[in-house]
Amino acid sequence: MKAIRYQEIQGNSFGYFALLGILGLIVAAGGLAAFYMEHNGHWVTGMTNQVVWGMPHVFAIFLIVAASGALNVASISSVFGKKQYKPLAPLSAFLSICLLLGGLTILVLDLGQPDRLIVAMTIYNFKSIFAWNMILYNGFIAIVAVYIWFMLEKRMNKYSKYAGFAAFFWRLILTTGTGSIFGFLVARQAYDAAIMAPMFIIMSFAYGLAIFILVMMAAYNWSGRELGDATVRRMKNLLGVFVGAVLYFTLVYHLTNLYATEHHGVEAFMLRDGGIYTTLFWWGWVVIGGVLPLALLYGPTGDNRSAIGLASVLVILGGLATIYVIVIGGQAYPLEMFPGKIVESSFFDGGVKAYSPTLAETLLGIGGFALALIMVALVVKVLRVLPESMSDAIADPHYKAEK
Amino acid sequence: MKQDTDMNRRRFLGQAAAAAGLTVAPGVMLYEVQARPADQAATSKQRWGMLIDTSKCSTGCTDCVTACKTEHGWGSTETKSNAEQQAQWIRKVKLTDKQTGHVQSLPLMCQHCETPPCVDVCPTGASMKRADGIVLVDKHICIGCRYCMMACPYKARSFIHEPLMNQKPHAPRGMGTVESCTLCVHRVDNDGIPACVESCNAKGHKAMYFGDLHDPNSEISKRLKEFGGEQIRADLGLNTGVRYQGL
Ligand code: SF4
Repeated sequence: MKAIRYQEIQGNSFGYFALLGILGLIVAAGGLAAFYMEHNGHWVTGMTNQVVWGMPHVFAIFLIVAASGALNVASISSVFGKKQYKPLAPLSAFLSICLLLGGLTILVLDLGQPDRLIVAMTIYNFKSIFAWNMILYNGFIAIVAVYIWFMLEKRMNKYSKYAGFAAFFWRLILTTGTGSIFGFLVARQAYDAAIMAPMFIIMSFAYGLAIFILVMMAAYNWSGRELGDATVRRMKNLLGVFVGAVLYFTLVYHLTNLYATEHHGVEAFMLRDGGIYTTLFWWGWVVIGGVLPLALLYGPTGDNRSAIGLASVLVILGGLATIYVIVIGGQAYPLEMFPGKIVESSFFDGGVKAYSPTLAETLLGIGGFALALIMVALVVKVLRVLPESMSDAIADPHYKAEK
Repeated sequence: MKQDTDMNRRRFLGQAAAAAGLTVAPGVMLYEVQARPADQAATSKQRWGMLIDTSKCSTGCTDCVTACKTEHGWGSTETKSNAEQQAQWIRKVKLTDKQTGHVQSLPLMCQHCETPPCVDVCPTGASMKRADGIVLVDKHICIGCRYCMMACPYKARSFIHEPLMNQKPHAPRGMGTVESCTLCVHRVDNDGIPACVESCNAKGHKAMYFGDLHDPNSEISKRLKEFGGEQIRADLGLNTGVRYQGL
């Protein structure tokens, strides 16, 4: 393998500034939306005392989950010693930090008292998985930052493997921690499943890699650098495996739930009677996020870059639908307090809860996503993280194009 | 920081105590305890609890709810929030048996668990349980993340969705924080009983009992011993302080 030369993108084209402009506008809109909600109080949102976590949490959790997965490429190179992934490891690590920051920003801005963040940062209840997550997230950023430094600084290169190991284990714990947020909600039927944490890990692989592929293709295309088939095809195969695994875990999740009689109610709700949640489950989670991408990746279009890009977009959309079903659908389904009884009250006990996200909430969510992307766009301009070329000759000399 | 937390808690409880001295309806003595001097912390010598006799609670009655609203000032203060966003510290629930059609009615509020899930999940420790078993939210350190609401099996907590005015000094409330039944801690600390129980008894329904679960001679303990008392979602093993008869 030839030496990899990292080079900042020039970033003075019209297209680059247009990209920054558009992302900046979305971020600004998200910021305004957050200010509007904080100023008025949450009554201007669709969130209620019945559905307490809404659209912002869907985006935040998606981004946090994806952040850990975006580190895949770096992990594969340093932990599993696959050289071909090494050139893109710094991009992968940066993307991962940016996605995490985007997600956390959303979470913080949706708090009832965001100005008390300092309280959350200084007073910990060590029994709370939320508090643990704050430590995990901060630690993740610190470890990955060191890892990036070791990778980019020649003198430190020899240690980058160890930092890579640390980051790999840390991210697994981090995603487990995120998944466990739901695991601790034993009172809610939809979350009462041990498979939740591993399912989140595999989802993180798929979502993170999908975002990585898009960022990588955009960065190389738009800067006019060469990106060889070897790299793209390798990523594509990996994405296919992860998407398949998500589908498999989904199947196991529902089969185990169907096995336990006490979960029949919530299963019928998700799979058959849940209205929007059923639709999102089948069309979003399964078809758009799973079946279609698999068809695109492994069907006759499998080598077409546009098809691979489209499949990645679909994985992201399907992922958002998945998190929506888990977060909102899980709350919409009534708490089962009195088995065998019809329950009625002034506080909407017994019925399925309604939730319709408002524009502001959605903007905050999308704004966080845009914030993550704008950070990536700036990083590749100011730092040397992108290999000058990822042509097959450089990335993988032994690769032979298949006929 | 720990010290700060304690300070905050004390301030919160101090405010609560300041407005106490509220009268307990004469003749209502459902418990026998010594009032704890104000400078002493709550201890685990007591465990405050409540017993609700569902057979005496009628479907149309909302006296306990009204009393709680008056006592703590919720119910009419939120003007912008919609019905699903407005706070409810206590609510009446109507149960109809799917097989027999038998109808029951009961008040539902924070169940003051011995191992409260809200306290476990709260990242800052704003959700807390006093030594005497009362579960509270310290509004000074609540960041409004609503994780406790996700964790509560009884949907006992409410988030405040709009700015509030004219609060009662013993019941501080605020936009962006979470609140719930305090078991009328400001009354209990001054030898009183919760407003709902007081009202239920004063109106002659006698469906609610309040007292010390650790004191074998308290009326609530005697009744529990004689008639038993069920927990809602007993399967979760939370050992609730609020028990129901005839569930
Ligand atoms: S909303 Fe407040 S009391 Fe509830 S878990 Fe969050 S910080 Fe704790």
